[in-house]
Amino acid sequence: MAPFLSQYVWTWLAYTIAGLVHIALIINLVAVGALIFIWLERKISGRIQDRLGPTRVGGKFGWLQTLADGIKLLTKEDLMPAGADGFLFKIAPYVSFCAAIAAYIAIPFAGGDLPWIAQRLNTGVFFVLAVLGLEVFGVILAGYSSASKWSLFGAMREAAQVVSYEVPLGMCVVVPVLIAGSLDMVVIGDRQAGWFTNWLIFHDPFTFITFWVYFTCATASVNRAPFDLAEAESELVAGFHTEYSGLRWSFFFMAEYGSMFSVSLLAAILFLGGWHGPIPITDFLGLSSENGMVAGYVGQLIGATNVILKGTIGVCVMMWVRWTLPRLRIDQVMTTCLKYCTPIAAVMFLGATLWQLKMPDRNFFGVLPVNLSVYEISEGQPPIQFPEIPQDKPTTDQVAKTSDNDIPRKAL
Amino acid sequence: MEGIYWPSFFFWLFSGITCSFAVAVLVSTNIVRMAFYLVLSLAGAAGLMFLAGADFVGAMQLLIYVGGTLVLLIFGVMLTSQERFVEMKTMAGDWVKGFLAGGALLFVLIYAAFSIPVWRGMERTAAEAVPVTHTVTPIAMGLLGARTDAPDRPGYLLPFEIVSVHLLVVLIGAAYLARAKRTRTIESN
Repeated sequence: MAPFLSQYVWTWLAYTIAGLVHIALIINLVAVGALIFIWLERKISGRIQDRLGPTRVGGKFGWLQTLADGIKLLTKEDLMPAGADGFLFKIAPYVSFCAAIAAYIAIPFAGGDLPWIAQRLNTGVFFVLAVLGLEVFGVILAGYSSASKWSLFGAMREAAQVVSYEVPLGMCVVVPVLIAGSLDMVVIGDRQAGWFTNWLIFHDPFTFITFWVYFTCATASVNRAPFDLAEAESELVAGFHTEYSGLRWSFFFMAEYGSMFSVSLLAAILFLGGWHGPIPITDFLGLSSENGMVAGYVGQLIGATNVILKGTIGVCVMMWVRWTLPRLRIDQVMTTCLKYCTPIAAVMFLGATLWQLKMPDRNFFGVLPVNLSVYEISEGQPPIQFPEIPQDKPTTDQVAKTSDNDIPRKAL
Repeated sequence: MEGIYWPSFFFWLFSGITCSFAVAVLVSTNIVRMAFYLVLSLAGAAGLMFLAGADFVGAMQLLIYVGGTLVLLIFGVMLTSQERFVEMKTMAGDWVKGFLAGGALLFVLIYAAFSIPVWRGMERTAAEAVPVTHTVTPIAMGLLGARTDAPDRPGYLLPFEIVSVHLLVVLIGAAYLARAKRTRTIESN
């Protein structure tokens, strides 16, 4: 976008405008997403508990309930305990919120030659994981600075939980990276082009199990029930946000819903085909950038809808789990992580590696051959020039011939 | 505005963030605030790495150093539950010793940086002509044993394997040491 704009205005202005547009889109996605998800959560929890949920505000279904809540929160008094560390107390919600929205910088919403992504990073998955781990800082600072025992206990629980669950989460994420042969999320998404049989969740039995382990760990790492020990209301009042009120409290909630959505988007892109629907409608209709700009745009729009829909379904499953399962004890949380999730993830990683070694070009549990055209989607960058390598190394010789995209696949 | 070289501007911005929060770590006396300033300082360093095009190192910086500060923060919170650690005062002698050690290191680094001619800054036109390269694939290939920058030299497969096996040993050892000790219980029927 910035190179396009810089034809018309000064370069510095073009880059500023492009950056601001991206920021505005991301913040709106998180904020409007939170608005919808809070309403959805109320409705779903109501239905699960045989209630109606909100019904009045905004006519049918109470769809304006969250907006009314937001106005109520805006008018609430911003309280701070007398013994609190003022600076940290005030800054903690913003730390959480910033970490939650910063992850969206590297998440693509449509792929192809001109992906819809704020900043395409060569290390996209890695960056998202790293940034998502930073959200816990806000929680710990909030817990510490509130000068309240409930808050401190909640924060310490959250810290222990997040630090442990990052290990299996990272191991699960490595599996799709291994199969796609890239850390770039656009490449991983486009690896799954075509029918749903190409989705990485159906790549082999190991990825199928890895997906469920990933989803469990993601639920735990964004601190949702049944892993919501940091805010266990039956024991800790409200955990780390006990002392917060008004808008600062709602920032914590926006951060929570933002990170829920981002781990769901990550699951959708890594395992569930990303912007490629179960049926490749855009391919049938020829909606790609080769058939003109408008067709390409419509195709990208359908792709973005696909991603957002899959992410929303992921969030809904998290809500369903939350209102179905009871909360775990802290020792059960640790047991789940260290005795179940981590070993399962490690074995699945090993299994996926061996599977990739034995059947490198098969999809859908090894039944279907990979359509090799998926590897030809350009990475949007000049391929790295591999130097001439002496002939006595067979593997590296192969590497020198292939494009940037499928090196690890061949090298394995 | 056209005269400003924007990469330099962002370099000064990020280095300013890094350095000012590093100073804030020194000046602050509350241990949790110190850890928080350290997070911001290290995040600024990650920004510098992204700016330099080393996005893998930048993401590493975020994951390892910024994320690792988390543990520091947790210990800070744990320590401040005891009264005598809430405020940490630095003695005057410690300031002198600190400045001596830090100043010596700074002198060595600056001397090294300015004595190597390749590390001198290049002209703006030359800097703009440098192509953007991505670093992940060369790093991965280097760790697998094939250097893309210098193909006639050996890769880093052996060090990589040694480090990974070492880390695995450390992880298993930590889990073994941290597990609950089983005591033999006498069953009474």
